[in-house]
Amino acid sequence: MIEVVDVVKTFTVRRRAGRVRRVRTEAAAVEGVSFTVGRGEFVGLLGPNGAGKSTTIKMLTGILTPTSGTVRVCGLDPAHRRTALARRTGVVFGQRTTLWWDLPLRDSLALVRRLYRVEAAAHRARLAELTALLELGPFLDTPVRQLSLGQRMRGDLAAALLHAPELLVLDEPTIGLDVVSKATVRGFLERLNAERGTTILLTTHDLGDIERLCPRVMIIDRGRLAYDGGLERLRAEAGGDRVLVVELARPGPPVRVPGVTVDRVEGPRQWLRLPRSANAAQVVAALAGGHEVRDIALREPGIEEVVARLYRGEREYRPGAPAQRPAAAE
Amino acid sequence: MADRPFDAVRVYALLAWTWIRAAAQYPVSLALLTLGTAVVTSLDAAAIVVLFGHAPRIAGFTAPEVLFLYGTSSLSFAVSDLLVGTTELLGRHIREGSLDAMLVRPVSPLIQIATEDFSVRRLGKLVPAGLVLGYALPRLDTAWTAGRVVLVPVLVLAGVAIFGGIWVLAGAVQFVLIDGAGATKSLTYGGAYLTQYPLTMFARDLVRGVTFVVPLAFVNWMPALYVLDRPDPLGLPGAARFASPAVAVLTCGAAALAWRAGLRRYRSTGS
Repeated sequence: MIEVVDVVKTFTVRRRAGRVRRVRTEAAAVEGVSFTVGRGEFVGLLGPNGAGKSTTIKMLTGILTPTSGTVRVCGLDPAHRRTALARRTGVVFGQRTTLWWDLPLRDSLALVRRLYRVEAAAHRARLAELTALLELGPFLDTPVRQLSLGQRMRGDLAAALLHAPELLVLDEPTIGLDVVSKATVRGFLERLNAERGTTILLTTHDLGDIERLCPRVMIIDRGRLAYDGGLERLRAEAGGDRVLVVELARPGPPVRVPGVTVDRVEGPRQWLRLPRSANAAQVVAALAGGHEVRDIALREPGIEEVVARLYRGEREYRPGAPAQRPAAAE
Repeated sequence: MADRPFDAVRVYALLAWTWIRAAAQYPVSLALLTLGTAVVTSLDAAAIVVLFGHAPRIAGFTAPEVLFLYGTSSLSFAVSDLLVGTTELLGRHIREGSLDAMLVRPVSPLIQIATEDFSVRRLGKLVPAGLVLGYALPRLDTAWTAGRVVLVPVLVLAGVAIFGGIWVLAGAVQFVLIDGAGATKSLTYGGAYLTQYPLTMFARDLVRGVTFVVPLAFVNWMPALYVLDRPDPLGLPGAARFASPAVAVLTCGAAALAWRAGLRRYRSTGS
């Protein structure tokens, strides 16, 4: 569905150097990224601001032309066949709408039908389906400018899917949405991928999107693919520690278990940090041997923490911290 | 670019109609703006009439002749402005990132920008030009051969194409100079102003420069000389009088190439 080989995108940046003189420098937004996405996959693209996520997405949709390397989407070269590709892909920008501001949502969607030349019958069926799934009914006749962000986002999703694209590309689809709207959008995307087999690629800063939706994660950092794989492997490789929360019968000094450090003590509760290598069952057994344990909970590292570690490791923000780089897929 | 020329026209009409409907949501503002446009452009025409009340001849041209020049060029300009004038907003679309949204639709961004905010108000610009031309044509002291009659619409249409090409070129330039809306305006509106008066009013060097550098003079000066049965003060070969369709084709070709090159080097904004 998507094939990206050694793609580089550099921008020429002109900077003032003196009163009139300008210095041209080449800045690389993407430096040699390669990956493939198969039909029916659901992939999340993560990365700090300015890492090259958006640039990558824009090259996939033909908005930007790569400086070098090859891009194939649905078997087409996006930069040369942008219009043909647009008929087979849906694109949603979370930050800006593609709908017509002053038209009621229904008219915007009707216009989309004409632009994409969707058969009237197919359009009706699809509109009815999308209206039900995205709960568009109550605001179909409201001008787009009067919609809330969540409603507008659902309208944009409907507009991007009316022509039944094979590939859906979403740039920060849940940005700024409230909890309920986020849940609706996520649930919808999940069904779209599972039931229709639509390939979905999304960028996000919301790690909840990734945890809930994406079996596969790609992390782009400073123009390079820093990670490509499953969420579990990311957790394991980025080396997030698990935390064992134990509630003892009575408050006491930090427990002593080999290989385990106590992060925090709050009355009878203690937070034990378990390295990846530690066996949780053995730790629990060792604890139960010496203490009266009331309750126990094991917490996997949050994806936020995993990703923060990865960014930090890459960027060496903390000189003292070990640079834990996962196997880079470069 | 759209798949076929016919398709481009269909999509243009569709989008223009959509914008007209959107504007119709605010009927009072629509009526006022249409009136405003008509008044402002009519004042322009009135200024020419007043000028001739005091000077029956300007640079050897009679009032109907000048009004003919004014009418044809302002009609060409008004039609091209109506059709593609909003391409000068490209810079804003680039800065705001809304061009990205246009690029993911299966429709040429040129058509999307040209139809942007399309409103019946734009038709207001056509009215004064049409009135002036309607006044001047029957008063021209010229022998109306078949060739001269045909040349008038050809002259207007070629003018539309040349101005349209310049609009698009000016838009394409903005791909490079992102904040260039001001610079390109002097090329389009300035040019329109220049062709509304007989070129001999301006210095000879300027006339020469304008004839060769910016093909605006072809908009109506060269063919108008033929319609008005006048000798060319520059002494260009007689064929130059019929060159405006060729210039129109060249301008549009250059505009299309520049637009494509601009899109290719478009760099988008960070989102």
